[in-house]
Amino acid sequence: MREITLSTAVNEAIAEEMRRDETIFLIGEDVAEAGTPFKITSGLVEEFGTDRVIDTPIAEPGFMGIAVGAAMTGSRPIVDLMFGDFIFLIMDQLCNQAAKTHYMSGGKLNVPLVLRTNMGATRRSAAQHSQSLHAIVAHIPGLKVAMPSSALEAKGLLKTAIRDNNPVVIFEDKLMYQDKAEVPEGELLIPFGVANVKREGSDITLVGTSSMVQVAEKAAEILAAEGISAEVIDPRTIVPLDMDTINNSVRKTSRCIVIDEGHQSFGITSEIASRIMEQSFYHLDGPVIRMGAMDVPIPFSPALEDITVPTPEGVVAVARRLMAGEMINVS
Amino acid sequence: MPGLTHMYSGEEAVAVGICEALKVTDKITSTHRGHGHCVAKGADFKQMFCELLGKEEGYCRGKGGSMHIADQSNGNLGANAIVGGSMGIATGSALSAKRLGRDDVTVCFFGDGATAQGLMYEVMNMAALWTLPVIYACENNGYSEYTRTDEIAAGSITARAEAFGIEAFKVDGQDVLAVNDLAQKLVARCRKGEGPFFIELETYRYHGHHVGDINREYYRAKDEEKQWHETRDPIKNFGKWLTDEGLSTQEDLEAIQAEIKADAATAVAYALEAKYPDATEVDMHVFVETA
Repeated sequence: MREITLSTAVNEAIAEEMRRDETIFLIGEDVAEAGTPFKITSGLVEEFGTDRVIDTPIAEPGFMGIAVGAAMTGSRPIVDLMFGDFIFLIMDQLCNQAAKTHYMSGGKLNVPLVLRTNMGATRRSAAQHSQSLHAIVAHIPGLKVAMPSSALEAKGLLKTAIRDNNPVVIFEDKLMYQDKAEVPEGELLIPFGVANVKREGSDITLVGTSSMVQVAEKAAEILAAEGISAEVIDPRTIVPLDMDTINNSVRKTSRCIVIDEGHQSFGITSEIASRIMEQSFYHLDGPVIRMGAMDVPIPFSPALEDITVPTPEGVVAVARRLMAGEMINVS
Repeated sequence: MPGLTHMYSGEEAVAVGICEALKVTDKITSTHRGHGHCVAKGADFKQMFCELLGKEEGYCRGKGGSMHIADQSNGNLGANAIVGGSMGIATGSALSAKRLGRDDVTVCFFGDGATAQGLMYEVMNMAALWTLPVIYACENNGYSEYTRTDEIAAGSITARAEAFGIEAFKVDGQDVLAVNDLAQKLVARCRKGEGPFFIELETYRYHGHHVGDINREYYRAKDEEKQWHETRDPIKNFGKWLTDEGLSTQEDLEAIQAEIKADAATAVAYALEAKYPDATEVDMHVFVETA
């Protein structure tokens, strides 16, 4: 099968959906001729014109609000938010308007909108261009959150998001844009709320999101060489969250580490770990361990930045101790 | 009535003058002080009062209430409890209309207080760049919540729109004919692709910021309120014009008033007796069920 980059996968998904449905338009900063700083949307303006690939001023709340209003009135906007960190600029339009409109109107108004943005540290971009803020979005009822872990998911989840009648926020890991994966030609839709068992195992479950799926897979390889069989699960969407697949795995392995690049406290790892504890407690042989980004603003210096995010080696070290029955994260 | 209520009384000529110039397919966005917009855009009293009382038959099945009432069947995209929060929505609605080849116009109602929000300038910039069919209608009632507007607004409000190349107008918001005359012209021009436009409507809210804002002499004198009631009331003054012109008699006007009051009373009585939503509705409509 052909291999394409995550960036190309996103571009293909947008182009295919825009060909299918005239009501879809793309809006954001430098999405047209510039194709975004990551060159993800290159070529789209040539095919669809400036009427459907709309460059905006640097005014995130403004174009987000415009997208919400357009979505309420027959359009299906795809909003490009250049960096995930800018989500703080659009919080009112995303959380007070888009997320609540369907509910507040008693189901009369819909906001079929996709917000594409990114996440991920270790790009030497420092504290305001490196955050992974999906937990903040997932906290707000009315918003769906997808986290593609490869080019395949990037395409399949985005196409599903575009056809969803709810506001969906997709977080792409900006360090993965050039990573290649096998992606079939033609139609590809990955349903929301269906986790993917990336690797089967029997001793410990590693739940990872986005690039942390790769971290978990690398850790699983190292652990396999030591005779520890790790199962790797990629939830693919965190809202909705497929707890059935996670619970089934944990009930089989009896141990679990949840790995995510958001800050560890009050984050995705905490939420998934809590649900496992509530739903599979009597199947566990050890505490469910959270591994998130350190609770510090992302530092610039490479010597410091690399310490802040989970690594395969870090996951392996925790897994070994968990298998040995040691207590972890006790402070 | 449960919760917060912000009365529209005193500003009627603004909503009526503008909405009378709109078709049912035209859109509006409304504000926390939005009862007048809702009625003027065609809402039914019964469904409206049911919503204000949180009843199942309300426009939003009781989930929105006074500050979020929406009536999409008449093009009301909803009141908004974030001051200035709907300016993006209105502008986006205009973008939809233009892109999808519809001729509808969107009117964004907001107060003078909202002119202090940054979002307004971001979306006016884009509306002007993209010549969108939107009319920004600033209801300047002189008070930004509990503060005189001249204490929070520097310079001229219309000049701010003009800075983006948007044609801006100032009109007496108590004169329904003047408001309607201007609105008709601007709506027609919007349909021809000449938008966006900006209107500052000088008006007055009879009540406080909300119904509980009773002791308000620290920011507004009773004499001033009395003067507006006596000399600038939009309904009385329009009535006087109708009788002066011989278009109506005092008896006709009184009959109309009595009829509206009776309709409202019937709707209120109906809403008071109406059912609350079933508890099973609490987690309904968080998401659209996509088949």
